[in-house]
Amino acid sequence: MQRIGVFVCHCGTNIAATVDVKKVVELVRFEPGVVHAEDYPYMCSEVGQQKIAEAIKEKQLTGVVVCSCSPRMHEATFRNCAEKAGLNPYMVEVANIREHCSWIHKDMEEATKKAVILARAAIAKVNLNTPLQAGESPVVKRALVIGGGIAGIQTAIDIAEAGYKVDIVEKTPSIGGRMSQLDKTFPTLDCSSCILTPKMVEVSTHPNITIHTYSEVDKVSGFVGNFTVDIKKKARSVDLDKCTGCGVCQQKCPMKKVPNEFNRELNTRSAIYTPFAQAVPNVPVIDREHCLMFKTGKCGVCSKVCQAGAVDYEQQDEIITEKYGAIVVATGFDIIKLDKYDEYAYSQSPDVITSLELERIMNAAGPTNGHLERMSDHKPPKNMVFIQCVGSRCADHRGKSYCSKICCMYTAKHAMLIRDKYPDVNVTVFYIDVRTPGKNFDEFYRRAVEQYHVNYIKGQVGKVAPQPDGSLLVQGVDLIDNKQIVMNADMVVLAAAIEPNPDIRKIATMLTASIDTNNFLTEAHAKLRPVESPTAGIFLSGVTQGPKDIPETVSQAGAAAVKVIGLLAKDKLKTNPCTAKCDVMMCNGCSTCANVCPYGAITYEDQEVRGPGVREVRRVAQVNVALCQGCGACTGACPSGAMDLQGFSNRQLISEVDAICR
Amino acid sequence: MSLTMAEKQAEQIRQISGSDPYKCMKCGKCSASCPSFNEMDIKPHQFVSYVVNDNIEALAESKSLWKCLGCFACVERCPRDVQPGRVVDAARQLVERQRGGDHLHAEDIPALLDDDVPQQLLVSAFRRYRR
Amino acid sequence: MPMTENGEFRPLIVAFCCNWCSYAGADLAGSSRLSYPADVKIIRVPCSGRVNPMFILRAFERGADGVIICGCHPGDCHYTSGNYFARRRMTLLFSMLDYIGVENGRTRVEWVSAAEGAKFSATMNEFVEKIKSLGENVRLGDLRCKD
Repeated sequence: MQRIGVFVCHCGTNIAATVDVKKVVELVRFEPGVVHAEDYPYMCSEVGQQKIAEAIKEKQLTGVVVCSCSPRMHEATFRNCAEKAGLNPYMVEVANIREHCSWIHKDMEEATKKAVILARAAIAKVNLNTPLQAGESPVVKRALVIGGGIAGIQTAIDIAEAGYKVDIVEKTPSIGGRMSQLDKTFPTLDCSSCILTPKMVEVSTHPNITIHTYSEVDKVSGFVGNFTVDIKKKARSVDLDKCTGCGVCQQKCPMKKVPNEFNRELNTRSAIYTPFAQAVPNVPVIDREHCLMFKTGKCGVCSKVCQAGAVDYEQQDEIITEKYGAIVVATGFDIIKLDKYDEYAYSQSPDVITSLELERIMNAAGPTNGHLERMSDHKPPKNMVFIQCVGSRCADHRGKSYCSKICCMYTAKHAMLIRDKYPDVNVTVFYIDVRTPGKNFDEFYRRAVEQYHVNYIKGQVGKVAPQPDGSLLVQGVDLIDNKQIVMNADMVVLAAAIEPNPDIRKIATMLTASIDTNNFLTEAHAKLRPVESPTAGIFLSGVTQGPKDIPETVSQAGAAAVKVIGLLAKDKLKTNPCTAKCDVMMCNGCSTCANVCPYGAITYEDQEVRGPGVREVRRVAQVNVALCQGCGACTGACPSGAMDLQGFSNRQLISEVDAICR
Repeated sequence: MSLTMAEKQAEQIRQISGSDPYKCMKCGKCSASCPSFNEMDIKPHQFVSYVVNDNIEALAESKSLWKCLGCFACVERCPRDVQPGRVVDAARQLVERQRGGDHLHAEDIPALLDDDVPQQLLVSAFRRYRR
Repeated sequence: MPMTENGEFRPLIVAFCCNWCSYAGADLAGSSRLSYPADVKIIRVPCSGRVNPMFILRAFERGADGVIICGCHPGDCHYTSGNYFARRRMTLLFSMLDYIGVENGRTRVEWVSAAEGAKFSATMNEFVEKIKSLGENVRLGDLRCKD
């Protein structure tokens, strides 16, 4: 028989306001095995923990039940506390009477009754708990960063600087990400590539960093400290080592009509290309979908002009397999497709553009060499209208429910830059709210209004109609004046909502990292563990986790790096001892469990089985505890009931059911 | 707790229209889209606050009720699915019911048809009552 | 029959929630103060695939009026495939339970992610309503214990 102590937490008034804590203590005293019960305002506090430790020693407790908040919150706290007091940590169970009881119920009697039942279930379970020993697993001292934008770059540099090896996997031919497409950055108006390029060079020359561009993560297996990752290196058709980056092949390539993704398809590029001048590595890629050599078999110009002999049409996709201790997801974002927003005429008029397209138009290396002009007739605009919140803060199927966070600031930036460079251009911004929480952000926006006289109108635009003369008729509302506004514009710029990289679903599934309804990765804790995924060993950096601007991304990237370093600094990790266990007496070696095990942790071996009336050599299942993650799929599949999960055994869970249904 | 007349009316509007005025984020896209904006005394973006504040009487007396073309541009474009067009529609129904004007015998209809009625109105009526 | 003082039927509902998604979703429902009836009692399991049909039979044996199993969305299972096994297993079990008199409405598998506190609460409210409309359940007997 166990000697169980029950500790009921008030959590200030969080629990005590709806659950009669004293009554819970009185009622659980009579449960089987309970030899001690007490309550305290804050069980997780030092004093509270002290009380648990004292009771363990004084009453020789063999099991502990803490009735408090979610075990996801403080299970570890109480297990550590028990361990320090000399009790096996796996003899501690938590009854969740806060999130699952006091916070959702209003009626005190009802909540108290439920709290007692939850406590009973936990007591019933502890009665059947057995001490478990955590195993150890080694940590591979190498990290993988998925995504080579500013988030991935910063995380990689920070990890590498601490002395660990880092690999970056980037899908496109060059690292740099969205930031490389930007012209200027708010709120200081630094030129984006001027601050990004040094970082790109640093990351590419760092001895601890390996960059795999034009590559994708293909398969992930393993667990924290010991991931095995297959990286697919797509055939570049150009030898990375031989190429000198002279650029002759791109000049001579006869196929020049390929939409230029880097310039948001505002102009075209050649079939053999580097996305932009500062690309790292500065080695082109042959776009096989458009290359004449691959399409028709007749061309080969690039190969002929290449002095270094770097062009290789025979190159094949290659899969490399690497081991990592930690994985950082930094897959970034794109802006949403605007084809559902007919009222803004984005698909109808080339003069209705997104902010990212404007960013390319303003950039000296962009499609217009930095001259502000309409894409239809290349004339300079006289009147420009910016529309905010296109697809952000939408409750309907067309857009996203969240605020994209960066649009208010970049629109102020665009408006300001245009008014500064082209003072004759009238700039009007239609906004719902101007959101500028950030250091020097509101001052920046006010400068756009006060110094540059940008016309900010509180209200929205209902319709943009292309006119026969090539102008755009904008119909909007001024909510302050309570007037409808109909005006002519030469260019309309839409602040389109941002959304996570569409590849993230596939990646999250491979990593078994949870993802929310908006395709942002979920944090382990929204406030206290914002850069970690609930899946151990997976970390989040940048917009993957939620909308954020560059300074925030960089700080989060650093935070993710610190978490990775903290993990890699350990030589060994404690493994979860709640693993599957086979009762060889009952196992008949049918292989059902091995078929459902996602980790290949179950093998079979001939073993002598001894028991009452049995002494024979049989084929039985063996669980490799280093591989077993404790999901319990095998336990449900086992037809003979031989497989059980330690810490969540059949008997324990049935006793919980019994306690609840009593 | 008994509801006041105004509260009852506001609730009726919510039920008839199926619109939740609390979803509104006051962006004004409805007013920006409205072709009858200049004819209206209460503007489309203001409808919801009349319902939220149980001020149905003022809404019922407003000119706007009868200026709405029922083009449903506001319903289509509203990013929050508040559907101001349906609110007006519901208010109109409420007023008609109070007047007893919602009863019509089938045989009286042909005489009431007017060639001058704009097509748009007929189309929108069909659109509204299609279910 | 479990009744409150005013004679209202209060069902007994057991919810199995996987540790990674649904249990966290239930926590989020709690911290967001999204209420659902106290009739629901949650048991934490590492994965929906851990739920052995025996547990559900046991619950119905002991007088449960409904059992709901919550797991990660398809494709999002922390253990890759546990929720798929749960789905298949429960489809079979539920049709058998229906056959022996525990109606399909009393058993359910639902996907709730860690971010879906609102969905968890809504699901539980709806499930409790459903069970209330079905009334008290038949109690299964364990024939193994009979002579």
